[in-house]
Amino acid sequence: MNSSAASRNNILTRLQQTTEVLQKDSGNFTFHEGSSFDKGKRWSTEEKVVRLKRMMEAVHTEVHLCGENTWIKTLCSVLEQKQIRKILYGAKTGLAQELVNLKQESPEMIPELIDYKDPIEESKDLLFEIDAAITTTRGGIAETGSLILWPTPDEPRLMSLVPPIHIAVLYASDIYSTFREAMISENWSSEMPTNALLISGPSKTADIEQTLVYGIHGCKELVVLVLQ
Amino acid sequence: MLSTEQFKKDTFSALNNPQLRGNFKRAMSGLMQKRLAVFPDDQEFFQLREIGHSARANALHKLPELLQQLESNCSKNGIQVYWAETVDQANQLVLEIAQRHNAKSMVKGKSMVSEEMELNHFLEQHGIEALEADLGEYIIQVDHELPSHIIMPAIHKNKEQIAQMFHQKVEPSVFVESAEEMTAIARKVLRRKFYQADIGVSGVNFAVAETGTLCLVENEGNGRFCTTLPPVHIALMGIEKVVEHLEDVPPLLSLLTRSATGQAITTYFNMITSPRKDGEKDGPKNVYLIMLDNGRTQMHSDQLLRETLLCIRCGACMNHCPVYTRIGGHAYSTTYPGPIGKILTPQMKGLHKAGYLADASSLCGACVEVCPVKIPITEILLRLRHQKEEDKGNFPLTSPKAWKAGASDLVWKGWKTVFSNPEMYRLKSLGIAKLGNFTPRWMPVLRNWTSVRSTPVFAKKNLHQLAREEGLSYE
Repeated sequence: MNSSAASRNNILTRLQQTTEVLQKDSGNFTFHEGSSFDKGKRWSTEEKVVRLKRMMEAVHTEVHLCGENTWIKTLCSVLEQKQIRKILYGAKTGLAQELVNLKQESPEMIPELIDYKDPIEESKDLLFEIDAAITTTRGGIAETGSLILWPTPDEPRLMSLVPPIHIAVLYASDIYSTFREAMISENWSSEMPTNALLISGPSKTADIEQTLVYGIHGCKELVVLVLQ
Repeated sequence: MLSTEQFKKDTFSALNNPQLRGNFKRAMSGLMQKRLAVFPDDQEFFQLREIGHSARANALHKLPELLQQLESNCSKNGIQVYWAETVDQANQLVLEIAQRHNAKSMVKGKSMVSEEMELNHFLEQHGIEALEADLGEYIIQVDHELPSHIIMPAIHKNKEQIAQMFHQKVEPSVFVESAEEMTAIARKVLRRKFYQADIGVSGVNFAVAETGTLCLVENEGNGRFCTTLPPVHIALMGIEKVVEHLEDVPPLLSLLTRSATGQAITTYFNMITSPRKDGEKDGPKNVYLIMLDNGRTQMHSDQLLRETLLCIRCGACMNHCPVYTRIGGHAYSTTYPGPIGKILTPQMKGLHKAGYLADASSLCGACVEVCPVKIPITEILLRLRHQKEEDKGNFPLTSPKAWKAGASDLVWKGWKTVFSNPEMYRLKSLGIAKLGNFTPRWMPVLRNWTSVRSTPVFAKKNLHQLAREEGLSYE
């Protein structure tokens, strides 16, 4: 690793020399404000929901619009239709309580709930064998049809990647118009998490003769429950 | 191997390979249409690329400060940063990290810098398996080939060829014909590899100086696997990839995915700011960032040439290049093919070695029109050609190269004399109109063209005459 310090020094010295010379030549640099990038792209909640749904469905995502009280019913029918026997969830999240309650009331409605409670070193097999995972989201982006996820210790990063089915719960009120709006309103630059993600559909590839195929490495199916 | 002769030979054989030309033509037309569909409004595109250009130009303007800021923020977040001037040093750094962690196997997300380094080959020599996990990269790695496109590495192969490859070289050997079935096999094989790998390697699309964040753009999820599941993550980036603010990212991301594949956004946009923190259950415990120069500081030292470093590697220039579309990516024998390769490679490898690549362009400018960050590719090509001619004085007089250069000089001098003198120009036009059509088809040089095409017929009157007859007062 000794070479790194010398390389660092050489690279920076060369860059600094040319920067001094060129800055004299070119005078002041004019910068085009990024703010004009998404100017005019601000939509109402209804419009955002419609747009997000359309964009996500175009890339093979199942989007269900539900009421705050009926979402669990929709979830049950999704679970039944996809014959999910075991589902990974974060035991300390807001939606966990509802799942656990329902499981106690009517056990046949909800598959076995499994908590991602141990570090990946001990959970690898569990993760690679499970049918599905359900997670919360931090928000959504209407323009591109994207979910925003900031994985936490309770809902780790691999939940939205390894299981073949990912079910995500999104509050309509958390949908932003654009990516830029989301990062600025929430002041992301002051506190970026370990990992922040935009997810826009199930994993896909077109590497074989440009034929679009869903479900290459990440999840094969993405289901979004939008709570209005 | 890089040489004019080899390039000519490979170009010739590519042009005579109907299968290859069909594969490329189909793929490039598709990509052009997809891009057009997501940029329906020219004005919006022009405005957006102005913003993208200035985010990138600003980063190059402040490059030394931003690299230090990136380094200090990454370090603060727990990412270990290393610098490499050459590809050899970068390879050595990867090896040292691997040895430190007793690693035997690596899985890789797509990274063009790792292609520059020829990292897989290097690691193999040191007994470490480095497996490509992007489906396209995986296909060509198994088939012992190199990428022919920077976004779609296996684009030169059609489905039948890939099906054969899976049948012959992937365990368990089965013959399947559909892209779905082949994808399913690759998913199974590579999941096992992700599960076992000691280290994950990735590239970097944007590195944000203000937050110390590494951004990765992908559709497949292999990039997320490589950067999340193995206990160690090594990110490789060229020093030009830094941007100043997090806010610079949305316009660049939009330009990148729309220009590359016509997508509004890719499936995953992955922003990594630190290794696994206490209490977190997954993610690598060690994250390393290796920043590579490999000729970039040299490019940075020149006002025009530094614009090469604006590039965000979308590949739109090659998708729209009439030369690339006809000869494909392999004929160039370079890591970066197409227009961007023609300006990047001579600067990385030296004009004396790869300068001929700058000649392989008709200067039509299609690449410049679609470039999302406004790289003046044709201007840079001309500059490189010019510089190459200037360097020619260094050939010994007796070498064939000097003779060839002398002959070409003479032709150009003659051309200049005729075209800068109205009388001589008129005489030339008259001569061509009267005698041009008597030129025999078998004439040397000319027959390279006429042997496979009909001979063009010269018009009796030239444009000037026609314009005068029409009564046009200006020409």
